[in-house]
Formats: sequence, structure tokens, C-alpha cells
Amino acid sequence: MSAAKQIPIAEGLFTWPSNDPRLLGSRCSACGIVTFPAQKSCPACSGQNVETIELERRGTLWTWTIQGFLPNKPPYIGPETAESFRPFGVGYVELPNQVRIESRLKCKDPSKLRIGMEMELVVEKYVEDDAGREVMAYFFQPVAER
Amino acid sequence: MVDVAIIGIGIHPFGRTDGVTGLEQGVFAARQALKDAGLEWSDMNFAYGGSAAAGAADTMVSKLGLTGLQFINVANGCATGGSALQSAYMAIKSGMFDIGMAVGFDKHPRGAFTVDTQSGGLGKWYGDIGMALTPQFFGMKIQRYMHDYGITEDTLVRVAVKNYRNGAKNPNAWRKTPLSYEEVATSQMVCHPLRKYMFCSPAEGGCAMILCRADKAKELVRKPVYLKAVSVKTRPFGSFEVFSQSQALERTDTPPTVLASRAAFEMAGIGPDEIDVAQLQDTESGAEIMHMAENGFCKDGEQEQWLRDGVTEITGRLPVNTDGGCLANGEPIGASGLRQVYEICAQLRGEGGERQVPRELKTGYTHVYGAPGLSGVTILAR
Repeated sequence: MSAAKQIPIAEGLFTWPSNDPRLLGSRCSACGIVTFPAQKSCPACSGQNVETIELERRGTLWTWTIQGFLPNKPPYIGPETAESFRPFGVGYVELPNQVRIESRLKCKDPSKLRIGMEMELVVEKYVEDDAGREVMAYFFQPVAER
Repeated sequence: MVDVAIIGIGIHPFGRTDGVTGLEQGVFAARQALKDAGLEWSDMNFAYGGSAAAGAADTMVSKLGLTGLQFINVANGCATGGSALQSAYMAIKSGMFDIGMAVGFDKHPRGAFTVDTQSGGLGKWYGDIGMALTPQFFGMKIQRYMHDYGITEDTLVRVAVKNYRNGAKNPNAWRKTPLSYEEVATSQMVCHPLRKYMFCSPAEGGCAMILCRADKAKELVRKPVYLKAVSVKTRPFGSFEVFSQSQALERTDTPPTVLASRAAFEMAGIGPDEIDVAQLQDTESGAEIMHMAENGFCKDGEQEQWLRDGVTEITGRLPVNTDGGCLANGEPIGASGLRQVYEICAQLRGEGGERQVPRELKTGYTHVYGAPGLSGVTILAR
């Protein structure tokens, strides 16, 4: 099987290529506030001395919803059609001592989502672009119960 | 400094009006407001106006008359109408002008708003992946609020039922059919926990007001309404707002609505318990619930009891969204904030018809919220 070329959905969102990808944020040297995506100034103190850091890959679900209708295309580029669309989860995942990240969730069942549950980062194929490349995006999924 | 009065109000019915452009709906509202004030367009010193999707407001001079007045376009998301009003207020308050107009209108295509991620300061990827959708934010904000303060789905349903019931009494509303508790509670889930009939829809409409120096108002009209406070605030660090790709762990206890509300109450010199009737942004049921607390009318979590006790009904202690709010009127972005003020003026003048609050009203309050996290508040009095 020949591996298709993989590209990230945007440069600078997460480390790529990588066997253990991490989201990239910025931390303000003056006040310590962490922001995602990484930006060049601090939204809290307006400081411009910020560093890019790799974020934690596990956190807890802070809030969530289920997107129940097909988003308008454009801007949406998901592979679904009106017929094939299935609702998908979206939420904020709180990374300890860092920041809450807005993310699509690898779970669309309201009965399986609970504020406070453990979540972990995955980077996987989202869609194929016109050139046949796999567009990689980040998601959070519930940590499997042990 | 001089005080400011609203001496004329005009509205083009909200909803869907095929064959009439958004701008024409704005012109219709402007002419109505002038007629209401007994004035001509040529009497206006200035105008502030805006629309999000129906063209530049200042082009309406070619329909209303080329008088050479100062006309400034305003673009501030869902707070466009509120911002136009704020600008008109300041123009008179400053002493620069005596009389002018604030106008807003819009005409949006059917379906959810399409968001231009890049003009919104967001990465293209955010729209690509399906997160640039306002209904998601509303679902996620109320989901957390329900978790934190014990609000149940019952309250979400009651807000919607109330607003459609009020809309049915408003000849200018879009949705004039009351919906039963059952119909709202079993409607299609859109963004959990919010269902179809808990959301407003993009729509069309126009609204206009004539403002003048308060000391001239009584010479011109019998029932001026005084603008006691106007405030527009943007989001401070640590508030949870629409289109936030991330949020700070520390949460502020003063999101933009709280900032705008407190500033307005301070300006007016009164407190929330002295407001007789209110219009609170109800983009969906959850927003009205959270905005009741953010505007200082109740404590977080008390909404459950308030809705059950009918406190916010037309017959209650603090009627909220007597014209049916965004839920029954839809959301033409440029016009919504002014619709709220129109309704409070109508109530204070005793011209609310079937939806008139059946007791003496002295003060009213409006609150509008828009992307990417700003709030506009006004306090009005007879």
C-alpha cells in the first residue's frame, strides 16, 4: 500500500509530521498566559515577548455540543453531502495549567459526553484535497475507560 | 451636557419580504420614523446607519433626498444597530448636532449565517473544519451554564414559548404563530442542548429612530422617550465568546454584557430593580437566560424559578422581549438592536397594542450581543 502524501490543515497548528503530534500554542513571557493557536502577542497583557510551546495532549472536557446540520460550504470542506451528513461533536478541552482548546470531538453521542471527562488529542485524516493528499486535522477523543 | 431624546420611531415588518431590498426596508423605516416625529428628511443634521449584508446605509440618501447631511456607515456585527444609536447619541450629546437619525436594516439568505473566517480574524482552517458556526457557540455556552447553575431544558423551552406567544401579538413580527411547549420541546436538535424552535433565524427588516436634544423634544412631539444611557463594550480577557479558538483558564466575572450593563446603570443613575420592561438579546433561548443574569436582573441560576413563575411574561414583574424578541422577529443583523429600542419606546408611549404591558411603565432597557463578543445596552425613560 502506497502511503498518500499527508499535509496539515494549517501550518503551525500542530507539530507535523510527527509520530506524537502536539498542538502548538504561545506563552507570554511576561504574564505566562497560554493561547491557541500561537500568536505573536499576548491577548491578556498585550506583551509581544511570546514563545511557541507544545501543548499537553490530554485534558478534560469543559463544554460540548453536537453540530446537528451540515455547515455551509464554503467555508466548510468536510467530505459529507446533505445525504451523508451525520452530526459531529464540538467542545472545549481544558489542558491542565495551559488553556482550553476548541476542537471537533471523535464522539457524536450526547449520552457519552460529560463535562469533566478525560479527553486526548488525535491527529488524523480529515478529508482528501483535490490533489489526492490527505488533509490532517486535530481532534479530541474520549480516553478509553480502563 | 445636553440630554438626548428619541422623538420618532419607524419599523419595516421583520421576516421575509420578497421583492423589497434590505435598503428599501431601511428607507421605509426611516420615512416612518420621520412621519412619527412630524419631521422631514431635510430636517436631519446627520445619520448613522448600517447593515451587515444589504449594502452601505449611506446610499439611502439617493432615495430619501440628497440634502448634503453627514451620513456615517456603522458596521459592528449584531450590535450594528446599537452602535449606530450610540453614535447618534454622542453626536447630540457633544453639542455638535441638534437632531438626526439612527437606522439599520438587513436582508440575509435563508439558513445559518455564513462566516467569513478571514475577515473575522480567524484562520481559514477554522471554517474548513466546521467550527465557524454561531449555533455551536450558543450550544456550548448554555451547556456549561446549565451544568454550573442547574438550569434545565424546561427553562429553555419556556423562554421560546413565551417569545413566540408575544410575537403573535406583534403585527411587525415574522413568526406570528404561537408554539406549544410540546412543539418546542420535541423540535429537531440543532446544537445540543438547543433545538430548532429555540433558535432565531437570519431574516430581513429595517428600523429607524429620530434623536434630538432633550430640551427641544417637547416642542416637537407629545411623548418623547429619553435616552438615559448608552453603552457599547467589547470582550475583556477571560470571557467565553463566539469564535474563540481557545479560552483562558481564568474566567472573568465581567464579560462584555456585564461591562456594558454596569456602565449603563451608572450613567443612568438607577439599578436593575428600577427597570420596568426589558429587551434582552435572545439569539436562542439560552442567550436570554444568561443575559437575564449578565445584565444584573437576577442571580445566576434564578432564571429557572423566574420562568416558572412567569416573572418575564408581559403580565410579570419584569417583562422581557414583549415583541417576541429575535426568536419571533428573526435576526436581520443591522436592524435587531434598533428593533429592541423601538419596542421599548412603543411600550413607554403606551402604544404596544395587544402586547402592551398592562401597568404604568417609566423605564426600559435594551441589550444586544454580537460577534466577536460585544454588547450594547441602552436605558430609556419617559
